[in-house]
Amino acid sequence: MEKLRRTMMYVPGNNPAMLADAHVYGADSIMFDLEDSVALSEKDSARLLVYQMIKNRQSNTELVVRINGLDSEHGKKDIEAMVRAGVDVIRLPKTDTAQDVKDVEAIIEKVEEQIGRPIGSTLMMAAIETPLGIINAYQVATASNRLIGIAIGAEDFVTSMKTNRSKVGVELLSARSQLVIAARAAGIAALDTVFSDVEDDETFRREVNLIKQLGFDGKSVINPRQIDLVHHIYKPTDAEINYAKQIMLAIEEANEKGSGVISVGGKMVDKPIVERAMRVLELAGLSGGEHE
Amino acid sequence: MSNITYQSEFAVIPKGKTASPLIKNIIPGKSKKTDSIKSAIINSELKDGMTISFHHHFRSGDYVLNDVLEIISEMGYKDLILASSSLSDIHEPLIKHINSGVIKEIHTSGLRGKLAQEISEGVMDNPVIIRSHGGRARAIEAGDIKIDVAFIGVPSTDDYGNANGQNGQAVCGSLGYALVDAKHADHVVLITDHLVEYPNTPASISQKNVDQVVVVDRIGASERIASGATRFTKNPKELLIAKNASEMIINSPYFKDGFSFQTGSGGSSLAVTRFLREAMIKENIKASFALGGITKPMVELHEEGLIKQLFDVQSFDLDAAKSISDNKNHHEIDASLYANPHNKGCMTNQLNVVILSALEIDTSFNVNVITGSDGKFMGASGGHCDTAACADLTVIVAPLIRGRIPTVVKAVDTIITPGTSVDILVTERGIAINPKRTDLVECFKDSTLNIIPIETLENMANQIVGPKKPIEHTEKIVGLVEYRDGSIIDVIRAVKS
Amino acid sequence: MKINRNAVAGTLESSDIQITIVVNDSNKNNIVLESPVKHLFEEEIEAVIHETLKKHHISGVTVKAIDKGALNCTIAARVQTAIYRASGNEIDWEAL
Repeated sequence: MEKLRRTMMYVPGNNPAMLADAHVYGADSIMFDLEDSVALSEKDSARLLVYQMIKNRQSNTELVVRINGLDSEHGKKDIEAMVRAGVDVIRLPKTDTAQDVKDVEAIIEKVEEQIGRPIGSTLMMAAIETPLGIINAYQVATASNRLIGIAIGAEDFVTSMKTNRSKVGVELLSARSQLVIAARAAGIAALDTVFSDVEDDETFRREVNLIKQLGFDGKSVINPRQIDLVHHIYKPTDAEINYAKQIMLAIEEANEKGSGVISVGGKMVDKPIVERAMRVLELAGLSGGEHE
Repeated sequence: MSNITYQSEFAVIPKGKTASPLIKNIIPGKSKKTDSIKSAIINSELKDGMTISFHHHFRSGDYVLNDVLEIISEMGYKDLILASSSLSDIHEPLIKHINSGVIKEIHTSGLRGKLAQEISEGVMDNPVIIRSHGGRARAIEAGDIKIDVAFIGVPSTDDYGNANGQNGQAVCGSLGYALVDAKHADHVVLITDHLVEYPNTPASISQKNVDQVVVVDRIGASERIASGATRFTKNPKELLIAKNASEMIINSPYFKDGFSFQTGSGGSSLAVTRFLREAMIKENIKASFALGGITKPMVELHEEGLIKQLFDVQSFDLDAAKSISDNKNHHEIDASLYANPHNKGCMTNQLNVVILSALEIDTSFNVNVITGSDGKFMGASGGHCDTAACADLTVIVAPLIRGRIPTVVKAVDTIITPGTSVDILVTERGIAINPKRTDLVECFKDSTLNIIPIETLENMANQIVGPKKPIEHTEKIVGLVEYRDGSIIDVIRAVKS
Repeated sequence: MKINRNAVAGTLESSDIQITIVVNDSNKNNIVLESPVKHLFEEEIEAVIHETLKKHHISGVTVKAIDKGALNCTIAARVQTAIYRASGNEIDWEAL
C-alpha cells in the first residue's frame, strides 16, 4: 500500500513551539523547512534545532526536511545533519535537472555510509519551481530510486513565467498537468503547491478540488485548519466506499475458496482495482491505516 | 467554620432554615441617598470584626472594593471579614489592608496577581476560605457567612435601590452573584455612577433589600468590565481540542433535541460551541437552555433559535449584557438558583453537558483550577465543582502541556473538583474517559478518535517535559477549600517565596 | 574546544531559550538562568546546559540563559549553536 500523502504540513525550521507540536494536527507528512522560512543569519540555528527535534521525535508521522540548495554553503551541511538525525525524506528546492537530484543523492549516500545508516534509507523529494524544471520533470522524477515524489512550487514558478498567481490558477494549469504526468510515468507521488491565504476557504476548496481532479496525491499546507479541508475533499463518496467494500469482500471470499479469478458486478477484478479499493477504504478512514 | 470532611458529592443533608436579614423600617419621605461612602459606612453601624461583602461582576475593572476599603482603612476599622464572591489582580491594595490589620479573614472563590502570591507566601494569619459560586450562595443562605454590610456596585439605580446591570456607563449585565448578598445582608449599600429617575426598571435588585444608595464618579473601568465581544479562538491547538471535544459530545447519548449545556469562557471551551452548532443544524437539534457565564457566541446561538433559553448568572461581554435587555428568553438568575446544592431549584441539576477547563488534572480525574505549578494561588473555584457534580456529561478541555508545564499529573496539588464528577478529558494529544463511566467506555469502544488511558497521557507529558521538582509547601495552611456542600475537600499550604 | 568570542543563539519567543555564551576568567562554567518554570526545571535546564558544554569540552564560560519554557532538545540545540558561533569550528558530530 502506498503511503498517503494528502497533506504535507510546512513548519518553519527555527520555531521550537511549532516544530514540537506539528504532529498533533493529523497531516500525513510534516515538512520542517530550513530554506525560505529561515533567515540567512539563522541557518545554523535552524539546522541544529531541527536536528535535535528529529532525533527526539515524538511520533511516527513521516518527517520531511526542505534543505537549502547546493548552490549555497548551507545545503551540504543541511544534508549531513538531517541524514544523521534520521530524517525520513529530504526535499530539494528548485530542482531543474536530473543532475541536481544526483548531486544531492551523492552527498546523502556518503553520509549514510559514514554513519552506518542503510544505503537508500533516506528518501528524497524534488520541488520543481521553474519552467526548465517542468520541462525536465520526467528526467527529475526518474533520476533516483530514492525519489518518492515531485512537487510544484508555484510562487517562484509564476514569477519566472512573468505572470502572477490568480484565484482560478490558469497560469499554473499546464505546469500542474505536466508535473502529474511526469510523476505518474515515473510511478511516484505528485504534490501541489502551498495556498497562502488561510482565510479564503472558498478559493482553497476550489483549488483542492481542481488538483484532486488533475490527479495530484495531495498538497502542501501551511496551517492546521487546511488539513481537515484537504482530507475532507479527498474522502471518497459513499458509492466509492461501497464499491470498494464489495471488492474487498470478493477478495476475501475468493481467498477462502482458493479460487484465482474474481469478478464483481460482471467486471474482472485485477490488482490495480484491488489497490484502488484498499486506497479508497484507507482514505475513508475505514482501514485503520491512518492512526500512528 | 466547617468541620465536616468531604465524603462524596451529595453526602451532606442540609438542616435548619434559611438565614434572614434584619427587619427594618424606612419612614416615608426619608431618603436612602447618602452623599458619600464614608457617611454610608457610618450609617451602616459597621463595627470591628464584622463581615463585609462585594461581588466580582466588574472583574478586573472594579473600583468599588478598593475605594470602599481605602475609606474603611482611613476610618480605623480592624479585624473585618471580607466575603467577596471573587478577587482579581486589581485588588492588590488588599495586601496593605491585611498587613495593617483591617482585614482579618478572606472568603472568596479565587485569588489572582500579587495578592494571590502574598497570601500563598503566608501573609495572613487566618486561612482563606475558598468556595465555589454555588457553595458561597449555600453558605450565605445557611448563615455560615453572616454578611453585616454588603457594598454592591451597580451600573444603574434609582435613589430607592432599584438597580440593574444593564444600563449606565459601566454595564455588566447579570448581577447574579450580587443578588444573593442583596437578599441576605443585614445592611445593603448600593454604589453607582449612574443614578436614574425613580422607579428604575427592570429591578434586578429590588428596593425592598436596599438600605442606602451612594453616587460616585466611577464604579469601574468599563473596558475591563465587559469588553467588546468574546471572539472564537484561532489558535490551532485550541481548535483541535475543541473539535475533538465536540466529537465526543455529539457521539454521546446526551446530544439530542432538548439537551442543555454550559461552557466556560476559555478559548477551547467556547470554541466547542462553534462545532456543536454545525452538528445541531445538521441534525436539527435544539438546546432547551444554556446556563452560566453567558457570552456573545451563546447569544448568537440563542438568536438563531438553536438555544431556546439562556440563564445568566454572569455576562462576560457587552453583547451578553445587552441581550438580557433585548431578548425575553435571556434570564438573569441569582447564584443560589444557579448552583446552590441546598436550593431545591438548583439549575445545574438540569444540566446535560458541561465543558470546563483545568490547570491540572490527575490520573484519578481530580481537577485543580486554583493553584499553579508553583503551588501558589492563581485561579478560582468558580462554578467548576458545581457544574461537574450535576451535569450528566462533564468534559474537561485542556492542552496536555502549557509552556513546559504538564496539565496531566499523578496527583493534583489542590482538589477543587473530585474525579467522581469528571467524565472525559480532551487534550490535543489524546482523549481519556473516566473508567468509572463504563457506559461511556462502551459507547466509544469503536470510535476512531484517539481515546487512551489517562495514565498514558500523564506519561506522555512527563516524557516531553522531563523530570520536574516537586512543589515545596510549608506546614502553614493558607487556604481551606470548601466543597459546594460545606465540607472541606482540601487544604492549601504556604509556599516559600 | 576553544571559545574565543562571545555568541548568542535562540530567541525570546514562547518555548524557546536565548543563550548567550561569554568567556569568563576562570576555568569553570557557570549559568545564570531566568525562567518562568525555574521552580520546576531549574536543575534540569542547568544539567542540559552543563552536559552540552561538557560534551564539547568547553570550560571557562558563563552562560546567560533566558528561558521561555523550552524543552530539553531545544535547549541543547541553542547551546550547541552558540558554541559553534563562538568557536567558529565545524560541527563535531560525536559531541552532538
